Amino acid sequence: MSTGILLQLAQTLLAILLAPLLMGWVNQCRAWLQGRSAPPITQPYRTLKKLFHKDAVIAHNASPLFRFAPYMIFACMALAAGIVPTIANDLPFSPAADVIALVGIFALARVFLALAAMDIGTSFGTLGARREMLVSFLAEPALLMVFFTASLISQSTELPVIVDTLAHQEFAIYPSLAFAAVAFWMISVAENARIPVDNPSTHLELTMIHEAMILEYSARHLALIEWAVALKLFTYSALGIALFLPWGIAVQGDLAALPLALLAMVAKLLLGGAVLAFIETISAKVRLFRAPEFLGTAFLLAVLGMLIHFLLEV
Amino acid sequence: MTNGLSSYFTDPVQWAWAGVLFWLTLGFAALLLQQVPQLLSRLVFPLGALGALFIAGVGVAGLLLPASAVVLPIGLPDLPFHLRLDALSAFFMVLLGGAAFGITVYASGYFKSMAAGPLALLALWYHLFLGGMVTVLLANDAYAFMVAWEVMALSSYFLVTTDHKVPEIRRAGFLYLLIAHVGAISLLLTFGVLQGGHGDYTFDTMRLAEMTPFWASAAYLLALFGFGAKAGMVPLHVWLPEAHPAAPSPVSALMSGVMLKTAIYGLLRVTFDLLNIQIGWWGTLALALGLVTALYGVIFAAVQSDMKRLLAWSSIENIGILLAAFGLTLIFTTDGKGALAALTLTALLYHALNHAFFKGLLFVGTGSVLHATGVRHMGHMGGLMRFMPWTAWLTLIGALAIAGLPPLNGFVSEWLLLQAFLQTPGLTQPYLNMVIPVAAATVALAAALAAYVMVKFFGVIFLGQPRDPALHEAHEAGWPERLGMLWLAAGCVLLGLFPAQVISWLAPVVSLLTEQSLVNDGNWLMLAPVSAERASYAPLIFFAVVAAVLLLTFVWVRRVYHGRVRRSDPWDCGYPEHDARMQDSAEGFGQPIRQIFEVFMRVERETPDPFSRSPHYHGASLDKAWFIFYAPIARVANWLSEQAGRLQHGRIQWYLIYSFATLIFLLVFTTR
Repeated sequence: MSTGILLQLAQTLLAILLAPLLMGWVNQCRAWLQGRSAPPITQPYRTLKKLFHKDAVIAHNASPLFRFAPYMIFACMALAAGIVPTIANDLPFSPAADVIALVGIFALARVFLALAAMDIGTSFGTLGARREMLVSFLAEPALLMVFFTASLISQSTELPVIVDTLAHQEFAIYPSLAFAAVAFWMISVAENARIPVDNPSTHLELTMIHEAMILEYSARHLALIEWAVALKLFTYSALGIALFLPWGIAVQGDLAALPLALLAMVAKLLLGGAVLAFIETISAKVRLFRAPEFLGTAFLLAVLGMLIHFLLEV
Repeated sequence: MTNGLSSYFTDPVQWAWAGVLFWLTLGFAALLLQQVPQLLSRLVFPLGALGALFIAGVGVAGLLLPASAVVLPIGLPDLPFHLRLDALSAFFMVLLGGAAFGITVYASGYFKSMAAGPLALLALWYHLFLGGMVTVLLANDAYAFMVAWEVMALSSYFLVTTDHKVPEIRRAGFLYLLIAHVGAISLLLTFGVLQGGHGDYTFDTMRLAEMTPFWASAAYLLALFGFGAKAGMVPLHVWLPEAHPAAPSPVSALMSGVMLKTAIYGLLRVTFDLLNIQIGWWGTLALALGLVTALYGVIFAAVQSDMKRLLAWSSIENIGILLAAFGLTLIFTTDGKGALAALTLTALLYHALNHAFFKGLLFVGTGSVLHATGVRHMGHMGGLMRFMPWTAWLTLIGALAIAGLPPLNGFVSEWLLLQAFLQTPGLTQPYLNMVIPVAAATVALAAALAAYVMVKFFGVIFLGQPRDPALHEAHEAGWPERLGMLWLAAGCVLLGLFPAQVISWLAPVVSLLTEQSLVNDGNWLMLAPVSAERASYAPLIFFAVVAAVLLLTFVWVRRVYHGRVRRSDPWDCGYPEHDARMQDSAEGFGQPIRQIFEVFMRVERETPDPFSRSPHYHGASLDKAWFIFYAPIARVANWLSEQAGRLQHGRIQWYLIYSFATLIFLLVFTTR
């Protein structure tokens, strides 16, 4: 049990510390693919450091909610990163929150971000909050359906059990999971504010979603939000890997497998980040009102995956 | 039978009846206290709140003790009142008492500035309403049930029309009364079918009656219609968005939080207790109706601009979720999946309890906002968090709870319901295997939309800049109001943090209706309804970890770096001019939903002329159900009464001729 707790703490800390690195890697890949000279992979850390040292500038009419939200969002994302099995599957904390609760944590962070965006009462803030809620009202149930498909296969909503089942599955690939995987990719793109739903590197008023919400934040509050965004990307990547490419993860009590698992994880993340950058480079951002269609497709695919499971019983 | 008082008030059912009598006395005493209006708010309502606490206590006793019954020699000769308190009634009494305590404490502050005469009447109807609801839960024969049901309907009608000088409120009251009575007729017919021609209307004989599937289905359908009308099931929901905004806020809170649940109680009572067979398609029907209701309600909630109307539509959504859970319970019961039925029923009861607390909280929250600002339209609000922090933070708890966010209570019932969907494969009816995933997706979609609605509700009212300069004078609610809200908010938090305990209290109700009990595989910290391997959730650990990480981060940021803050104007991408009107209005925030789901709505839009000196904008998204179902019925009814009106001229000769002709006709008819 004590090694379990130690492992849990180590894994969570590792996720928190390494999440900006993944962000840096994706940015680097994107710059390479677009023929720009790339920023160093550690650039996100430098940005965070700079932001933490600055004085916070807050609007006169900001309420306590505005200052509280970044901490809340960061705590939620840290918790989410703690639940998802990245290198080891033996997490004593995971029975406290299953996949449905994981969706709940993401929702909690999102609602706080949207509320904080509305707090100052600027045109961009409310615009961002509205668009974020628009994107999420389809993305959230779709994510839940993806998890349901995986849960139906493994007869459990506990992430470690799901991952354990899928890592030792009898089929090469489940037909229902194929649908779920496509849906999951679409959802992660939308939830992490990436192209084609949102563009993380724009401040162009007509297209912003996520950036519009955090316009009024500065210094340490902005740093915490940026860090939480990196953590979210990391968590989603880890989730995708755990659900659809779980091979190589260390099973319960097998400490010797840890170094290999870590290596496998890093390789998968590097590959995943590169693929994400590639897809972002070759696709264009869709118009805002095409986003519900995009997400509606994801939702439909996820429900189809679940239906297929019910029909085929596999 | 011993003599004296000691033979009375020995069973929970008699204590409950004593509570009802206490409320009735209090209501009529209020009429006498008109001369001393201070006493009304300082004494009558606090005493009423104590009564609610007592009823909740009796409910707890009823859950622990075996069922008890009593026959009261009141009512018509040969038709005494039969009362009975079993676990199902007891659970709903806990719900009623728990929510009504907070709401009544709130009411004691809310109504204090009302004039003495109307206030005394209001206190009478208020306590009659409470007493009526408890009697509905206690009734053990159709006669007592219908009398209590009517007392509940009529007293709430008078409460809705408290401001009867406003024409819209009279209209809303009429609509409510009309649908309540259409429903009541259906219930009367239900009991008519249930008694099976024996002429004995006690529930005890109904329980024993053997019904053919045809008549059982007839009774079920009538009950679904009658209770659905009270609960706000689509398409019988139209009265809710009219009546809830019209009523004073504590009354809306009681109606939405508690009264709608009496309909759910009735549905459970008739289907699982009085009818001794259940048929599979009943469940599918209820599930379908529930899902339609849930989705319809939440879509319309997203496009409302009146805050209380928004909450009323959100109540329709929650009733839809309860109905869907009810349908699912029926499906599992008829399919022989007892353990799953127990799980679903637990989710249903839990959600009913949760809804009483968070919807009560949100409605009384809007009451404070209404007192502070005098408007219900969210387009005139904004930034109220700075002027009324208590109301804002407590309402935030309710909003997060109703949006189904962990670790609050709304999440627990949603979690339980979703677990039920996940355990489903292997039903004997193949078509159900297609229905269940779609149903799960719909519930998830409704829950996600509820978060949208609540961000809109809280953000537009409490956050941003005040859209009206008068808002700077908005005042915070008084202490009784705050205490009432605090109680309801505490309910939301505690029900969210200790689900394992709540579920163990629900066990007697669940085993009464499904003959199965839900075993919690976890411990007091952990909720694991089927087995710990399959699913578990520990909100207290969840909460502790979030709080710990939050504190650690805060301390770390402050320690390692600094806490320096500069205040300045908002940046807003560098635009120099800021105006409160540049924020999203209530209509604006709901616009994407309106655009996506426009098929369900009739949208009215009146945009100003660009050169107009006093620009005016009007937009409304109206319920198409009204135009499809109700407007034709109203037209037919109008046409019929117009035809009948042709006979009336107001001339005495004509009426004499009518009487004469009738007399001749009858004479001819009878002598033949």
